[in-house]
Amino acid sequence: MKLVGEKTVKGILGTIAFSAISALLLIALFILNEGLPFIFKYGVREFLFSSDWQPHLNKFGIFPMIAASLWVTLGAMIVGAPLGVAVALFLSEYVPQAVMRIIKPTIELLAAIPSVVYGFIGVMVLAPIIRNSFGGPGLSLLAGSIILGIMILPTVISISIDSILAVPQSFREGSLALGATTWQTIHMVIIKASKSGIIASIILGLGRAIGETMAVIMVAGNSVNIPTSPFNSVRTLTANIALEMSYATGLHRQALFATGVILFIVIIILNSIASVAIKKRTIKK
Amino acid sequence: MAKLKPIFLLFITVIFILLGCGKGKTAFTMAGSTAFQPFAEKLADQYMANHSNVSITVQGGGSAVGIQSANSGAAQIGMADLVILPTEAKSLTSIVVAKDGIAVVVNPKNQVNNLSTDQVRDIFNGKIANWKEVGGVDAAITVVSREAGSGTRSSFEQIITNITLKKDALIQDSNGTIRETVANDANSIGYLSHGLINDKIKPLKIDGQESSSESIIAGKYKLVRPIFLLLKDAPSGEIKNFIDYILSSEGQQTIQKNGLIPAK
Repeated sequence: MKLVGEKTVKGILGTIAFSAISALLLIALFILNEGLPFIFKYGVREFLFSSDWQPHLNKFGIFPMIAASLWVTLGAMIVGAPLGVAVALFLSEYVPQAVMRIIKPTIELLAAIPSVVYGFIGVMVLAPIIRNSFGGPGLSLLAGSIILGIMILPTVISISIDSILAVPQSFREGSLALGATTWQTIHMVIIKASKSGIIASIILGLGRAIGETMAVIMVAGNSVNIPTSPFNSVRTLTANIALEMSYATGLHRQALFATGVILFIVIIILNSIASVAIKKRTIKK
Repeated sequence: MAKLKPIFLLFITVIFILLGCGKGKTAFTMAGSTAFQPFAEKLADQYMANHSNVSITVQGGGSAVGIQSANSGAAQIGMADLVILPTEAKSLTSIVVAKDGIAVVVNPKNQVNNLSTDQVRDIFNGKIANWKEVGGVDAAITVVSREAGSGTRSSFEQIITNITLKKDALIQDSNGTIRETVANDANSIGYLSHGLINDKIKPLKIDGQESSSESIIAGKYKLVRPIFLLLKDAPSGEIKNFIDYILSSEGQQTIQKNGLIPAK
Protein backbone atom coordinates (compact mmCIF):
# COMPACT_ATOMS: atom_id res chain seq x y z
CA MET A 1 0.00 0.00 0.00
CA LYS A 2 2.72 2.38 1.05
CA LEU A 3 4.77 1.56 -2.05
CA VAL A 4 1.88 2.34 -4.37
CA GLY A 5 1.53 5.75 -2.71
CA GLU A 6 5.23 6.35 -3.28
CA LYS A 7 4.94 5.57 -6.97
CA THR A 8 1.85 7.73 -7.41
CA VAL A 9 3.54 10.72 -5.81
CA LYS A 10 6.60 10.20 -7.98
CA GLY A 11 4.38 10.06 -11.05
CA ILE A 12 2.44 13.18 -10.11
CA LEU A 13 5.56 15.19 -9.29
CA GLY A 14 7.20 13.96 -12.48
CA THR A 15 4.25 15.11 -14.58
CA ILE A 16 4.26 18.52 -12.92
CA ALA A 17 8.02 18.90 -13.43
CA PHE A 18 7.70 17.90 -17.06
CA SER A 19 4.86 20.32 -17.71
CA ALA A 20 6.97 23.18 -16.35
CA ILE A 21 9.76 22.31 -18.75
CA SER A 22 7.40 21.79 -21.67
CA ALA A 23 5.85 25.19 -20.97
CA LEU A 24 9.29 26.74 -21.51
CA LEU A 25 9.76 24.72 -24.69
CA LEU A 26 6.32 25.64 -26.00
CA ILE A 27 6.88 29.33 -25.34
CA ALA A 28 10.26 29.24 -27.08
CA LEU A 29 8.82 27.36 -30.06
CA PHE A 30 5.81 29.67 -30.29
CA ILE A 31 7.89 32.86 -30.26
CA LEU A 32 10.39 31.49 -32.78
CA ASN A 33 7.64 30.17 -35.02
CA GLU A 34 5.81 33.49 -35.06
CA GLY A 35 8.85 35.74 -35.22
CA LEU A 36 11.58 34.05 -37.27
CA PRO A 37 9.71 33.87 -40.62
CA PHE A 38 9.10 37.61 -40.37
CA ILE A 39 12.76 38.38 -39.69
CA PHE A 40 13.86 36.45 -42.77
CA LYS A 41 11.08 37.83 -44.95
CA TYR A 42 11.73 41.41 -43.90
CA GLY A 43 15.52 41.05 -43.99
CA VAL A 44 17.73 40.53 -40.96
CA ARG A 45 19.84 43.61 -41.59
CA GLU A 46 16.86 45.84 -42.32
CA PHE A 47 15.08 44.64 -39.17
CA LEU A 48 18.05 44.96 -36.83
CA PHE A 49 19.79 48.07 -38.14
CA SER A 50 17.12 50.31 -39.63
CA SER A 51 15.85 52.99 -37.29
CA ASP A 52 12.52 53.48 -39.06
CA TRP A 53 9.72 52.06 -36.90
CA GLN A 54 6.46 53.09 -38.54
CA PRO A 55 4.06 50.16 -38.33
CA HIS A 56 1.31 51.90 -40.33
CA LEU A 57 3.76 52.28 -43.25
CA ASN A 58 5.05 48.70 -42.80
CA LYS A 59 8.46 49.92 -41.70
CA PHE A 60 9.86 47.83 -38.89
CA GLY A 61 13.41 48.79 -37.89
CA ILE A 62 14.15 48.03 -34.27
CA PHE A 63 17.61 49.58 -34.02
CA PRO A 64 16.44 52.45 -31.74
CA MET A 65 14.90 49.89 -29.39
CA ILE A 66 18.03 47.72 -29.36
CA ALA A 67 20.15 50.80 -28.64
CA ALA A 68 17.73 51.91 -25.93
CA SER A 69 17.66 48.49 -24.26
CA LEU A 70 21.46 48.36 -24.22
CA TRP A 71 21.84 51.93 -22.92
CA VAL A 72 19.20 51.52 -20.22
CA THR A 73 20.76 48.24 -19.11
CA LEU A 74 24.25 49.76 -19.12
CA GLY A 75 22.91 52.68 -17.08
CA ALA A 76 21.28 50.28 -14.63
CA MET A 77 24.63 48.50 -14.28
CA ILE A 78 26.45 51.77 -13.59
CA VAL A 79 23.91 52.59 -10.88
CA GLY A 80 23.23 49.13 -9.49
CA ALA A 81 26.43 47.10 -9.74
CA PRO A 82 28.85 49.23 -7.66
CA LEU A 83 26.11 49.92 -5.11
CA GLY A 84 25.15 46.25 -4.87
CA VAL A 85 28.72 44.95 -4.60
CA ALA A 86 29.57 47.61 -2.01
CA VAL A 87 26.56 46.65 0.10
CA ALA A 88 27.45 42.96 -0.22
CA LEU A 89 31.08 43.59 0.87
CA PHE A 90 30.03 45.75 3.79
CA LEU A 91 27.44 43.27 5.01
CA SER A 92 29.67 40.23 4.71
CA GLU A 93 32.98 41.71 5.91
CA TYR A 94 32.29 44.61 8.25
CA VAL A 95 29.04 43.71 9.96
CA PRO A 96 28.52 40.89 12.47
CA GLN A 97 26.78 37.84 10.99
CA ALA A 98 23.75 38.35 13.26
CA VAL A 99 23.13 41.85 11.90
CA MET A 100 23.62 40.65 8.33
CA ARG A 101 20.99 37.97 8.87
CA ILE A 102 18.47 40.74 9.56
CA ILE A 103 19.58 43.17 6.85
CA LYS A 104 19.94 40.69 3.98
CA PRO A 105 16.30 39.51 4.00
CA THR A 106 15.22 43.13 4.31
CA ILE A 107 17.12 43.97 1.13
CA GLU A 108 15.67 40.92 -0.56
CA LEU A 109 12.23 42.39 0.17
CA LEU A 110 13.07 44.96 -2.53
CA ALA A 111 12.52 42.15 -5.01
CA ALA A 112 9.00 41.64 -3.68
CA ILE A 113 7.89 45.16 -4.58
CA PRO A 114 5.85 44.98 -7.82
CA SER A 115 7.53 46.71 -10.76
CA VAL A 116 4.51 48.94 -11.30
CA VAL A 117 5.21 50.46 -7.88
CA TYR A 118 8.80 51.22 -8.89
CA GLY A 119 7.43 52.79 -12.05
CA PHE A 120 4.94 54.85 -10.10
CA ILE A 121 7.65 56.20 -7.79
CA GLY A 122 9.77 56.93 -10.87
CA VAL A 123 6.98 58.93 -12.50
CA MET A 124 5.94 60.80 -9.38
CA VAL A 125 9.31 61.49 -7.72
CA LEU A 126 12.26 60.84 -10.00
CA ALA A 127 10.98 62.26 -13.31
CA PRO A 128 10.06 65.69 -11.85
CA ILE A 129 13.50 65.91 -10.16
CA ILE A 130 15.27 65.15 -13.45
CA ARG A 131 12.99 67.53 -15.36
CA ASN A 132 13.57 70.38 -12.94
CA SER A 133 17.31 69.98 -12.57
CA PHE A 134 18.38 69.02 -16.11
CA GLY A 135 15.47 70.04 -18.36
CA GLY A 136 13.92 67.77 -20.96
CA PRO A 137 10.79 65.73 -20.35
CA GLY A 138 12.08 63.96 -17.21
CA LEU A 139 10.76 60.62 -18.45
CA SER A 140 14.11 59.56 -19.82
CA LEU A 141 16.95 57.12 -20.24
CA LEU A 142 18.39 58.37 -16.95
CA ALA A 143 15.14 57.80 -15.04
CA GLY A 144 14.89 54.28 -16.48
CA SER A 145 18.50 53.50 -15.56
CA ILE A 146 18.12 54.68 -11.97
CA ILE A 147 14.87 52.78 -11.39
CA LEU A 148 16.29 49.60 -12.96
CA GLY A 149 19.52 50.05 -11.01
CA ILE A 150 17.51 49.94 -7.79
CA MET A 151 15.42 47.00 -9.02
CA ILE A 152 18.47 44.82 -9.67
CA LEU A 153 19.99 45.53 -6.23
CA PRO A 154 18.46 42.51 -4.46
CA THR A 155 19.75 40.14 -7.17
CA VAL A 156 23.26 41.61 -7.14
CA ILE A 157 23.46 41.85 -3.35
CA SER A 158 22.17 38.43 -2.38
CA ILE A 159 24.18 36.45 -4.96
CA SER A 160 27.33 38.51 -4.21
CA ILE A 161 26.96 37.89 -0.47
CA ASP A 162 26.57 34.16 -1.09
CA SER A 163 29.74 34.02 -3.15
CA ILE A 164 31.72 36.22 -0.74
CA LEU A 165 30.69 34.03 2.20
CA ALA A 166 31.77 30.99 0.20
CA VAL A 167 35.37 32.23 0.36
CA PRO A 168 37.01 29.99 2.99
CA GLN A 169 37.59 31.63 6.37
CA SER A 170 41.26 30.51 6.22
CA PHE A 171 41.87 32.94 3.33
CA ARG A 172 40.79 35.85 5.53
CA GLU A 173 42.78 34.61 8.51
CA GLY A 174 45.88 34.10 6.39
CA SER A 175 45.67 37.59 5.00
CA LEU A 176 45.07 39.20 8.39
CA ALA A 177 47.91 37.19 9.88
CA LEU A 178 50.25 38.66 7.27
CA GLY A 179 49.38 42.08 8.64
CA ALA A 180 46.86 43.18 6.01
CA THR A 181 44.02 45.49 7.07
CA THR A 182 40.37 44.51 6.48
CA TRP A 183 40.21 46.65 3.33
CA GLN A 184 43.47 45.20 2.00
CA THR A 185 42.07 41.72 2.68
CA ILE A 186 38.88 42.61 0.83
CA HIS A 187 40.40 43.98 -2.33
CA MET A 188 43.40 41.68 -2.52
CA VAL A 189 41.89 38.40 -1.35
CA ILE A 190 38.10 38.34 -1.02
CA ILE A 191 37.22 40.08 -4.29
CA LYS A 192 39.72 37.98 -6.22
CA ALA A 193 38.47 34.74 -4.72
CA SER A 194 34.78 35.53 -5.26
CA LYS A 195 35.17 37.36 -8.57
CA SER A 196 33.26 34.89 -10.71
CA GLY A 197 30.32 34.86 -8.30
CA ILE A 198 30.17 38.65 -8.22
CA ILE A 199 30.30 38.77 -12.01
CA ALA A 200 27.51 36.18 -12.17
CA SER A 201 25.39 38.31 -9.82
CA ILE A 202 25.88 41.34 -12.07
CA ILE A 203 25.01 39.38 -15.20
CA LEU A 204 21.85 37.99 -13.60
CA GLY A 205 20.96 41.56 -12.63
CA LEU A 206 21.62 42.56 -16.23
CA GLY A 207 19.17 39.88 -17.41
CA ARG A 208 16.56 41.23 -15.04
CA ALA A 209 17.17 44.80 -16.19
CA ILE A 210 16.91 44.02 -19.90
CA GLY A 211 13.70 42.02 -19.41
CA GLU A 212 11.92 44.50 -17.16
CA THR A 213 8.90 46.04 -18.86
CA MET A 214 6.30 47.78 -16.73
CA ALA A 215 8.59 50.12 -14.79
CA VAL A 216 10.47 51.07 -17.96
CA ILE A 217 7.28 51.86 -19.90
CA MET A 218 6.25 54.17 -17.10
CA VAL A 219 9.52 56.09 -16.66
CA ALA A 220 11.40 56.02 -19.97
CA GLY A 221 8.93 58.01 -22.11
CA ASN A 222 8.83 55.48 -24.97
CA SER A 223 9.90 57.61 -27.94
CA VAL A 224 11.30 55.60 -30.81
CA ASN A 225 14.52 57.51 -30.74
CA ILE A 226 18.24 56.72 -30.68
CA PRO A 227 19.33 58.54 -27.52
CA THR A 228 22.01 61.22 -27.78
CA SER A 229 21.92 62.20 -24.10
CA PRO A 230 20.77 60.56 -20.86
CA PHE A 231 17.87 63.02 -20.73
CA ASN A 232 16.34 61.76 -23.99
CA SER A 233 13.24 59.65 -23.86
CA VAL A 234 13.72 56.09 -25.14
CA ARG A 235 11.75 52.90 -25.86
CA THR A 236 13.21 49.50 -24.96
CA LEU A 237 12.55 46.20 -26.76
CA THR A 238 10.23 45.02 -24.00
CA ALA A 239 8.31 48.30 -23.94
CA ASN A 240 7.86 48.12 -27.71
CA ILE A 241 6.15 44.73 -27.45
CA ALA A 242 3.96 45.63 -24.51
CA LEU A 243 2.86 49.03 -25.87
CA GLU A 244 1.75 47.93 -29.30
CA MET A 245 0.74 44.32 -28.70
CA SER A 246 -2.92 45.01 -28.06
CA TYR A 247 -3.42 46.80 -31.36
CA ALA A 248 -1.12 44.92 -33.64
CA THR A 249 -2.45 42.74 -36.43
CA GLY A 250 -0.83 41.04 -39.42
CA LEU A 251 2.73 42.09 -40.22
CA HIS A 252 2.89 44.44 -37.24
CA ARG A 253 2.03 41.57 -34.89
CA GLN A 254 4.72 39.37 -36.46
CA ALA A 255 7.21 42.22 -36.09
CA LEU A 256 6.47 42.35 -32.37
CA PHE A 257 7.04 38.61 -32.08
CA ALA A 258 10.29 39.11 -33.97
CA THR A 259 11.22 41.76 -31.39
CA GLY A 260 10.55 39.06 -28.80
CA VAL A 261 12.90 36.67 -30.63
CA ILE A 262 15.74 39.21 -30.44
CA LEU A 263 15.06 39.81 -26.75
CA PHE A 264 14.91 36.07 -26.12
CA ILE A 265 18.28 35.55 -27.81
CA VAL A 266 19.91 38.38 -25.84
CA ILE A 267 18.61 37.02 -22.52
CA ILE A 268 19.67 33.43 -23.31
CA ILE A 269 23.18 34.66 -24.07
CA LEU A 270 23.34 36.63 -20.81
CA ASN A 271 22.03 33.75 -18.72
CA SER A 272 24.47 31.31 -20.31
CA ILE A 273 27.37 33.60 -19.49
CA ALA A 274 26.10 33.85 -15.90
CA SER A 275 25.73 30.11 -15.46
CA VAL A 276 29.21 29.49 -16.86
CA ALA A 277 30.57 32.04 -14.38
CA ILE A 278 28.72 30.39 -11.49
CA LYS A 279 29.98 26.94 -12.52
CA LYS A 280 33.55 28.22 -12.56
CA ARG A 281 33.13 29.37 -9.00
CA THR A 282 31.92 25.99 -7.73
CA ILE A 283 34.75 24.18 -9.46
CA LYS A 284 37.29 26.51 -7.87
CA LYS A 285 35.88 25.81 -4.45
CA MET B 1 -8.22 12.32 1.40
CA ALA B 2 -10.88 13.33 3.92
CA LYS B 3 -9.61 16.89 3.84
CA LEU B 4 -10.04 17.10 0.08
CA LYS B 5 -13.71 16.13 0.20
CA PRO B 6 -15.20 19.56 0.95
CA ILE B 7 -13.02 21.15 -1.73
CA PHE B 8 -14.20 18.56 -4.23
CA LEU B 9 -17.84 19.12 -3.29
CA LEU B 10 -17.40 22.89 -3.61
CA PHE B 11 -15.83 22.43 -7.03
CA ILE B 12 -18.76 20.29 -8.24
CA THR B 13 -21.26 22.82 -6.86
CA VAL B 14 -19.53 25.71 -8.62
CA ILE B 15 -19.58 23.82 -11.91
CA PHE B 16 -23.31 23.12 -11.56
CA ILE B 17 -24.03 26.73 -10.71
CA LEU B 18 -22.08 27.86 -13.77
CA LEU B 19 -23.88 25.36 -15.97
CA GLY B 20 -27.21 26.50 -14.53
CA CYS B 21 -26.41 30.10 -15.41
CA GLY B 22 -25.96 29.36 -19.05
CA LYS B 23 -29.30 27.61 -19.38
CA GLY B 24 -31.78 29.32 -21.72
CA LYS B 25 -29.73 32.50 -21.99
CA THR B 26 -28.68 34.40 -25.07
CA ALA B 27 -25.03 35.30 -24.64
CA PHE B 28 -22.91 37.58 -26.78
CA THR B 29 -19.62 39.40 -26.55
CA MET B 30 -18.55 42.96 -27.35
CA ALA B 31 -14.87 43.73 -27.85
CA GLY B 32 -12.70 46.59 -29.06
CA SER B 33 -12.26 50.30 -28.37
CA THR B 34 -11.03 51.03 -24.86
CA ALA B 35 -12.55 54.51 -25.14
CA PHE B 36 -16.05 53.07 -25.47
CA GLN B 37 -15.50 50.04 -23.21
CA PRO B 38 -16.65 51.67 -19.94
CA PHE B 39 -19.79 52.94 -21.67
CA ALA B 40 -20.50 49.55 -23.19
CA GLU B 41 -20.14 47.97 -19.75
CA LYS B 42 -22.58 50.42 -18.23
CA LEU B 43 -25.09 49.96 -21.06
CA ALA B 44 -24.77 46.19 -20.88
CA ASP B 45 -25.36 46.21 -17.11
CA GLN B 46 -28.46 48.35 -17.49
CA TYR B 47 -29.78 46.18 -20.30
CA MET B 48 -29.14 42.92 -18.44
CA ALA B 49 -30.91 44.30 -15.35
CA ASN B 50 -34.12 44.43 -17.38
CA HIS B 51 -33.51 41.38 -19.58
CA SER B 52 -32.50 38.50 -17.35
CA ASN B 53 -32.37 36.13 -20.34
CA VAL B 54 -29.44 37.98 -21.93
CA SER B 55 -25.81 37.83 -20.89
CA ILE B 56 -23.38 40.32 -22.43
CA THR B 57 -19.62 40.17 -21.98
CA VAL B 58 -17.63 43.35 -22.68
CA GLN B 59 -13.93 43.21 -23.50
CA GLY B 60 -11.39 45.90 -24.44
CA GLY B 61 -8.37 45.41 -26.66
CA GLY B 62 -8.51 48.49 -28.87
CA SER B 63 -10.23 49.40 -32.11
CA ALA B 64 -8.09 47.04 -34.20
CA VAL B 65 -9.14 44.15 -31.99
CA GLY B 66 -12.77 45.26 -32.35
CA ILE B 67 -12.58 45.04 -36.14
CA GLN B 68 -10.61 41.80 -36.09
CA SER B 69 -12.90 40.02 -33.65
CA ALA B 70 -16.08 41.12 -35.43
CA ASN B 71 -14.58 39.74 -38.65
CA SER B 72 -13.47 36.46 -37.12
CA GLY B 73 -16.63 36.00 -35.06
CA ALA B 74 -14.71 36.00 -31.77
CA ALA B 75 -17.06 38.78 -30.71
CA GLN B 76 -20.57 39.33 -32.05
CA ILE B 77 -20.19 43.09 -31.73
CA GLY B 78 -16.92 44.90 -32.40
CA MET B 79 -16.33 48.43 -31.12
CA ALA B 80 -14.13 50.91 -32.99
CA ASP B 81 -13.47 54.63 -32.61
CA LEU B 82 -11.89 55.64 -35.90
CA VAL B 83 -12.58 58.50 -38.26
CA ILE B 84 -12.14 56.29 -41.30
CA LEU B 85 -12.74 52.56 -40.98
CA PRO B 86 -9.96 50.46 -42.57
CA THR B 87 -10.63 48.16 -45.53
CA GLU B 88 -10.98 45.07 -43.30
CA ALA B 89 -14.11 46.66 -41.86
CA LYS B 90 -15.74 47.37 -45.23
CA SER B 91 -17.68 44.10 -45.27
CA LEU B 92 -19.05 44.65 -41.75
CA THR B 93 -22.29 46.36 -40.84
CA SER B 94 -21.35 49.53 -38.97
CA ILE B 95 -23.60 51.55 -36.71
CA VAL B 96 -22.60 54.88 -35.14
CA VAL B 97 -23.71 54.84 -31.50
CA ALA B 98 -21.91 57.88 -30.12
CA LYS B 99 -19.39 60.60 -30.91
CA ASP B 100 -16.28 61.48 -28.99
CA GLY B 101 -14.34 64.71 -29.10
CA ILE B 102 -10.56 64.66 -28.90
CA ALA B 103 -9.29 67.48 -26.72
CA VAL B 104 -5.80 68.90 -27.18
CA VAL B 105 -4.63 69.47 -23.62
CA VAL B 106 -1.83 71.33 -21.85
CA ASN B 107 -0.82 71.91 -18.24
CA PRO B 108 -3.06 74.47 -16.44
CA LYS B 109 0.05 76.62 -15.80
CA ASN B 110 0.45 77.11 -19.55
CA GLN B 111 -0.68 80.58 -20.73
CA VAL B 112 -1.58 79.39 -24.23
CA ASN B 113 -5.34 79.01 -24.68
CA ASN B 114 -5.83 78.65 -28.39
CA LEU B 115 -3.96 76.98 -31.25
CA SER B 116 -4.74 76.75 -34.93
CA THR B 117 -4.83 73.38 -36.67
CA ASP B 118 -1.58 74.33 -38.45
CA GLN B 119 0.10 75.12 -35.14
CA VAL B 120 -1.02 71.79 -33.65
CA ARG B 121 0.38 69.99 -36.70
CA ASP B 122 3.69 71.88 -36.52
CA ILE B 123 4.03 71.15 -32.79
CA PHE B 124 3.46 67.42 -33.22
CA ASN B 125 5.77 67.33 -36.24
CA GLY B 126 8.49 69.16 -34.32
CA LYS B 127 8.51 72.29 -36.52
CA ILE B 128 7.42 74.41 -33.57
CA ALA B 129 9.56 73.37 -30.62
CA ASN B 130 9.21 76.26 -28.19
CA TRP B 131 6.08 77.62 -26.50
CA LYS B 132 7.14 81.22 -27.22
CA GLU B 133 6.51 80.62 -30.94
CA VAL B 134 2.79 80.25 -30.18
CA GLY B 135 2.50 82.96 -27.54
CA GLY B 136 3.65 81.13 -24.42
CA VAL B 137 6.70 81.27 -22.20
CA ASP B 138 10.23 80.54 -23.46
CA ALA B 139 10.31 76.77 -22.83
CA ALA B 140 10.76 73.69 -24.97
CA ILE B 141 7.55 71.86 -25.83
CA THR B 142 7.23 68.26 -24.62
CA VAL B 143 4.96 66.45 -27.08
CA VAL B 144 3.03 63.49 -25.69
CA SER B 145 1.30 61.11 -28.09
CA ARG B 146 -0.28 57.64 -28.10
CA GLU B 147 1.21 54.38 -29.36
CA ALA B 148 0.88 53.32 -33.01
CA GLY B 149 -2.48 51.62 -33.57
CA SER B 150 -4.39 53.63 -30.99
CA GLY B 151 -7.80 54.72 -32.28
CA THR B 152 -7.44 58.10 -30.62
CA ARG B 153 -4.06 58.62 -32.28
CA SER B 154 -5.15 57.64 -35.77
CA SER B 155 -8.29 59.77 -35.49
CA PHE B 156 -6.22 62.72 -34.27
CA GLU B 157 -3.72 62.32 -37.11
CA GLN B 158 -6.44 61.89 -39.74
CA ILE B 159 -8.28 65.04 -38.67
CA ILE B 160 -5.19 67.24 -38.24
CA THR B 161 -3.69 65.66 -41.43
CA ASN B 162 -0.04 65.37 -42.54
CA ILE B 163 1.36 64.39 -39.16
CA THR B 164 4.74 62.70 -39.02
CA LEU B 165 5.19 62.56 -35.29
CA LYS B 166 8.53 63.96 -34.18
CA LYS B 167 11.01 61.32 -33.09
CA ASP B 168 11.45 62.39 -29.50
CA ALA B 169 7.75 62.67 -28.67
CA LEU B 170 6.84 60.80 -25.50
CA ILE B 171 4.51 57.85 -26.01
CA GLN B 172 1.92 56.87 -23.41
CA ASP B 173 -0.35 53.89 -23.78
CA SER B 174 -3.68 55.17 -22.48
CA ASN B 175 -5.82 58.28 -22.13
CA GLY B 176 -5.21 58.14 -18.37
CA THR B 177 -1.40 58.16 -18.54
CA ILE B 178 -1.50 61.00 -21.09
CA ARG B 179 -3.52 62.97 -18.57
CA GLU B 180 -1.03 62.23 -15.76
CA THR B 181 1.97 63.14 -17.91
CA VAL B 182 0.47 66.45 -19.00
CA ALA B 183 -0.69 67.23 -15.45
CA ASN B 184 2.87 66.69 -14.16
CA ASP B 185 4.85 68.51 -16.84
CA ALA B 186 4.23 72.25 -17.19
CA ASN B 187 5.55 72.37 -20.78
CA SER B 188 3.81 69.36 -22.27
CA ILE B 189 1.01 69.01 -24.79
CA GLY B 190 -1.08 65.91 -25.48
CA TYR B 191 -4.52 64.84 -26.65
CA LEU B 192 -7.17 62.63 -25.13
CA SER B 193 -10.81 61.69 -25.18
CA HIS B 194 -13.11 64.63 -24.39
CA GLY B 195 -14.84 62.64 -21.64
CA LEU B 196 -11.65 62.40 -19.57
CA ILE B 197 -10.88 66.07 -19.08
CA ASN B 198 -10.52 67.11 -15.44
CA ASP B 199 -9.13 70.15 -13.66
CA LYS B 200 -5.54 68.87 -13.61
CA ILE B 201 -5.24 69.61 -17.34
CA LYS B 202 -6.44 72.41 -19.61
CA PRO B 203 -8.16 71.77 -22.95
CA LEU B 204 -7.16 74.22 -25.69
CA LYS B 205 -9.44 75.92 -28.17
CA ILE B 206 -8.71 74.76 -31.69
CA ASP B 207 -9.15 77.47 -34.34
CA GLY B 208 -11.01 79.43 -31.67
CA GLN B 209 -13.52 76.65 -30.94
CA GLU B 210 -13.92 75.12 -27.49
CA SER B 211 -14.02 71.35 -27.11
CA SER B 212 -17.32 71.49 -25.20
CA SER B 213 -20.25 69.13 -25.77
CA GLU B 214 -22.34 72.01 -27.16
CA SER B 215 -19.68 73.00 -29.64
CA ILE B 216 -19.23 69.37 -30.76
CA ILE B 217 -22.98 68.82 -31.23
CA ALA B 218 -23.20 72.09 -33.15
CA GLY B 219 -20.44 70.75 -35.43
CA LYS B 220 -18.09 73.67 -34.71
CA TYR B 221 -15.27 71.74 -33.02
CA LYS B 222 -13.44 69.71 -35.63
CA LEU B 223 -11.62 67.04 -33.59
CA VAL B 224 -14.53 64.60 -33.36
CA ARG B 225 -14.62 60.91 -34.15
CA PRO B 226 -17.58 58.56 -34.40
CA ILE B 227 -17.79 55.42 -32.29
CA PHE B 228 -18.88 52.44 -34.36
CA LEU B 229 -20.42 49.13 -33.43
CA LEU B 230 -19.44 46.56 -36.05
CA LEU B 231 -21.39 43.42 -36.88
CA LYS B 232 -20.77 40.66 -39.36
CA ASP B 233 -24.42 40.53 -40.48
CA ALA B 234 -27.35 42.86 -40.11
CA PRO B 235 -28.38 42.87 -36.42
CA SER B 236 -31.15 40.48 -35.44
CA GLY B 237 -32.76 39.00 -32.33
CA GLU B 238 -31.39 40.02 -28.95
CA ILE B 239 -28.39 41.78 -30.49
CA LYS B 240 -30.72 44.03 -32.44
CA ASN B 241 -32.77 44.71 -29.30
CA PHE B 242 -29.61 45.67 -27.43
CA ILE B 243 -28.41 48.03 -30.18
CA ASP B 244 -31.88 49.56 -30.32
CA TYR B 245 -31.59 50.10 -26.58
CA ILE B 246 -28.21 51.86 -26.99
CA LEU B 247 -29.74 54.15 -29.64
CA SER B 248 -32.90 54.78 -27.57
CA SER B 249 -33.16 58.01 -25.63
CA GLU B 250 -32.39 56.14 -22.39
CA GLY B 251 -29.22 54.58 -23.80
CA GLN B 252 -28.09 57.85 -25.37
CA GLN B 253 -28.68 59.63 -22.07
CA THR B 254 -26.39 57.15 -20.32
CA ILE B 255 -23.76 57.86 -22.94
CA GLN B 256 -24.10 61.62 -22.54
CA LYS B 257 -24.18 61.57 -18.75
CA ASN B 258 -20.79 59.88 -18.71
CA GLY B 259 -19.02 62.26 -21.05
CA LEU B 260 -19.57 61.12 -24.64
CA ILE B 261 -21.66 62.90 -27.24
CA PRO B 262 -24.94 61.26 -28.44
CA ALA B 263 -24.93 59.92 -31.99
CA LYS B 264 -27.70 62.20 -33.24
